[in-house]
Amino acid sequence: MRVAGFGIHAGAAARFRFDGQSFEGREGEPLAAALLANDIRLVGRSFKYHRPRGILTAGSEEPNALVTTGDGAGATPNVRATVQEVWDGLEARSQNAWPSLRADVMAVNDLAWRFLGAGFYYKTFMWPRAFWERVYEPIIRRAAGLGGLSGAHNPDRYERAFAYCDLLVIGAGPAGLMAALTAGRSGARVILADEDARMGGRCLSERFEICAGPAHVWASGVLDELASLPNVTLMPRTTVTGVYDQGTYGALERVGLHRAADPRLPLECFWRIVAKRAVLCAGAIERPVAFKDNDRPGVMTASAVRGYLNRWGVAAGQSVTLFANNDDAHRTARDMVAAGIKVAGVIDSRDTAPDSRDYPVYRQGRVVGTRGRLGLTSISIAHAGGVRDIRTDCLAMSGGWNPSVHLTCHLGARPVWDPETQAFLPADGAVPGLAVAGAARGVFSTAGCLADGVAQAASALEALGLAAPKIDLPDTEDDPYRLAALWQVPGKGRAWLDFQNDVTVKDVVQAAAENFRSVEHMKRYTTQGMATDQGKNSNVAALAVLADATGRGIAETGTTTFRPPFSPVSIAALGAGAQGKGFAPQRFTTSHAASVERGAPMIEAGLWYRPSYFPRAGEATWREACDREVGMVRGAVGVCDVSTLGKIDIKGPDAGAFLDFVYANTFSKLKPGRVRYGLMLREDGHVMDDGTTACLGEGHYLMTTTTAAAGLVMRHLDYVAQVLRPEMDVQIASVTEHWAQFAVAGPKSRELLDSLLDAPVDPEAFPFMACGPVSVTGVSGRLFRISFSGEHAYEVAVPARYGAALWRLLVAQAEVLGGGAYGMEALNVLRIEKGLLTHAELHGRTTAFDMGLGGMLSKKKDFVGRAAAGRAGLLEDSRQQLVGLRPVEAGAPLPAGAHLFEKTAPAVRGNSHGYVTSTAHSPTLGTTLALGFLASGRARHGETIRLVDHMRGVETLCEVTGPVAFDPEGGRARG
Amino acid sequence: MRIPCPHCGTRDLREFTYQGAALAQPEGDWSPDWDSYLHLRDNPAGETRDRWYHNPCGTWVVVTRDTVSHAVTGGIAAREAGA
Repeated sequence: MRVAGFGIHAGAAARFRFDGQSFEGREGEPLAAALLANDIRLVGRSFKYHRPRGILTAGSEEPNALVTTGDGAGATPNVRATVQEVWDGLEARSQNAWPSLRADVMAVNDLAWRFLGAGFYYKTFMWPRAFWERVYEPIIRRAAGLGGLSGAHNPDRYERAFAYCDLLVIGAGPAGLMAALTAGRSGARVILADEDARMGGRCLSERFEICAGPAHVWASGVLDELASLPNVTLMPRTTVTGVYDQGTYGALERVGLHRAADPRLPLECFWRIVAKRAVLCAGAIERPVAFKDNDRPGVMTASAVRGYLNRWGVAAGQSVTLFANNDDAHRTARDMVAAGIKVAGVIDSRDTAPDSRDYPVYRQGRVVGTRGRLGLTSISIAHAGGVRDIRTDCLAMSGGWNPSVHLTCHLGARPVWDPETQAFLPADGAVPGLAVAGAARGVFSTAGCLADGVAQAASALEALGLAAPKIDLPDTEDDPYRLAALWQVPGKGRAWLDFQNDVTVKDVVQAAAENFRSVEHMKRYTTQGMATDQGKNSNVAALAVLADATGRGIAETGTTTFRPPFSPVSIAALGAGAQGKGFAPQRFTTSHAASVERGAPMIEAGLWYRPSYFPRAGEATWREACDREVGMVRGAVGVCDVSTLGKIDIKGPDAGAFLDFVYANTFSKLKPGRVRYGLMLREDGHVMDDGTTACLGEGHYLMTTTTAAAGLVMRHLDYVAQVLRPEMDVQIASVTEHWAQFAVAGPKSRELLDSLLDAPVDPEAFPFMACGPVSVTGVSGRLFRISFSGEHAYEVAVPARYGAALWRLLVAQAEVLGGGAYGMEALNVLRIEKGLLTHAELHGRTTAFDMGLGGMLSKKKDFVGRAAAGRAGLLEDSRQQLVGLRPVEAGAPLPAGAHLFEKTAPAVRGNSHGYVTSTAHSPTLGTTLALGFLASGRARHGETIRLVDHMRGVETLCEVTGPVAFDPEGGRARG
Repeated sequence: MRIPCPHCGTRDLREFTYQGAALAQPEGDWSPDWDSYLHLRDNPAGETRDRWYHNPCGTWVVVTRDTVSHAVTGGIAAREAGA
């Protein structure tokens, strides 16, 4: 029900739907306020008993009023109606009820409550074991639950962002506003973040005055000044959700959830805020009292009831009652009276409760029961003067306030019990660089909060080396809090602690009786505090009950662990931008567009995309294209983009000595204009990477790495230069992206190059493993006579900006000569035919010795990995060594990953003699070929062994050969 | 986690690659020192010095930090740190 003349929110009328029915609300007000304005009190069903539930709170801690917004793949479950703002066209649905919210079949669970207490699942669903996953779990999951996901791909946009500041102020209530103002006026870079759409905190929901005017007017004035300061950033709708090391804070901003879908806006943005200092002004959360049937729709926290009235102009009931243990809660009764709403009675547990002329006050009172199936209709009370029933549709309750200490505990600190406020307060120095001000550390009067905000900000500024400005404190209320402990009303029936998870006082007592006395055990046995509100409303009361049941004090009982996030964060926001292709950066070569134009399927190679093959008309399968491309290279000429290989430029007087130390073989004697194959080891003696290094000039080298290890090798070279050999004068730079490089391979490769180079290739100047500068259609480039195919071949490099043009020229000329472009599949076949290595073989557990390259390890110099590579165990003949494999029956499959066994031995793990690393169909030799590692392999050439792949169901007899299947003398590459 | 790069200033953890404790590499042929250096690393509760690579600028940094409090107390270029 709306109350004329009350509320400070001026939003336009907006139509929204709840469970299919259309209602009118006001734009920008929480859905919970709009539902109450339309007298909707039943909003959801509880997790376990499917009890009818309404709205408990007015904040992000809401445990009951969870709804699903949106539709289909864009639907969002478990949205708190207290947080979701109304906009014209908003669709919301209730959850966990079937067929309807009012007539939920599963409410039968509530009748069986005696059997569904703490530990029910553990005790009931034990036998038979086979039923655990297939029968019990599906049933339990269907019966108990919250909203569901669509199962479809999430089409919504989310973002991630970073921010930096001197001082982060968390929460924009009285303390936070003063802290931000103090820091803002000092010139410090300030971020003020608040989870609400409008800043001001309790200033917006209370009727007290600041500076002799309404508190919200004062707050607006402060916000105007803050907004005018260039060094202050205001971040409304932004919840600081977690505290991390070195002043890093996670925060979730609601960007597009409060308005009609706009494709330009993300729904949410997850911020990482790095702050030199922070002040936590998170306020406090009012706690409910546990009494019989305290969970009916219409039973709410006292601050929420007056907040809906004062801020949104909505009365939560027509006849309100209040149950409290402190003076602060009496504001609710006074505010209701001021709005002309009937207050049917105030039940105060103390005998010192303030009296009133406007409503009856029942001292030493307690609520002992409630009635109303789908919403509260009356309560039963006991008090100093006897017992009675009171007709009421809204019971406001307050057991006092719990300071929001959550963020102070995220780095492991525990809060400290304060007997005076009967609450946990933040421990001193809980988070380095974070101070706490106001209600979050138990300062409950407005005057106290204002002063504390100034004081904590001033200390933070001092630590930052900034002078705090003098701030005049505004006049405001400084009323005492006055509270007597009240956690539960003893009696029969169920009194709820954790509303969402249906944990009652009885459950906690039972957990204690069954010896789950540790608070962490009690939590897990009862599920107390494990709902979406993470026990914000209930944990302290549950602790008090556990303390009582175990005969300990609350301080001694302790709290459970507080972990981020403070309030729910969607995984989509945390992973924003990382869906699909956004998961990793994409690197494209200069020939990418031309390859895609030719219909080449692109495959991932690390972050790079490379063409798999270049299909031609009439080719039905990839194998046909691949076989043709291999044939082109062996018979005419092929062109392949090899720009993805890492290129590292190494210069300096000590460059040669540096390479000698990095590579296992010697490079310092390499002459300018020559190229050498090098093998690089890790410190533990295993192979790190291989590749060629060209000597471009005196003290100037160009190293190539494999595509996969380019980053790793660059890091390794920096490590050697900076850590192991800092005395060497050498400069290292990655130039992978600077050069486009293409392999031109095949008997007609020189003919092709001659048609494009400004001067023909001089065979004398370019023998095998030579390099030098060339001019390619007027562009200065580099030519390398190297081969990864076994053919007479070159690699030609030009600055990357000419790559796309050169690629098209090369391919066109190759086609004239009866060749063309070839892709990764053909490249792999060509190298397997030649027994050349990739990271399939250099997989980190193999040595130069295993590869048959032991002779490359220089005995005349020190190099990385030398000591470890010399260990006897790495040089034993019984080690698995690189071999070639060829099927006895030509063309039989030799799948990679298959294991190798003696012909008659059972194919079990203990009998494995090795495994296959690479496999290909060789059109050149007309059979399948493979490379692999076999125990004592070099001594077993000619032997027939059995290859077994249990995964694919393959078994093939094959012959062990040397790794090089084609042109073992290497005449084709040299000639 | 924030790590001070002597070249770029304090930067986010995600820009760094962790290597391990900042130990001096042994000299000479294989020995128990090598075994210890490669395979038997300490796991201290408290102050530790380890090497991190700052990927954007290519600087190896020796970082002093506390594995218990998570405090990061220093970061100097490995080139200057010595072994």
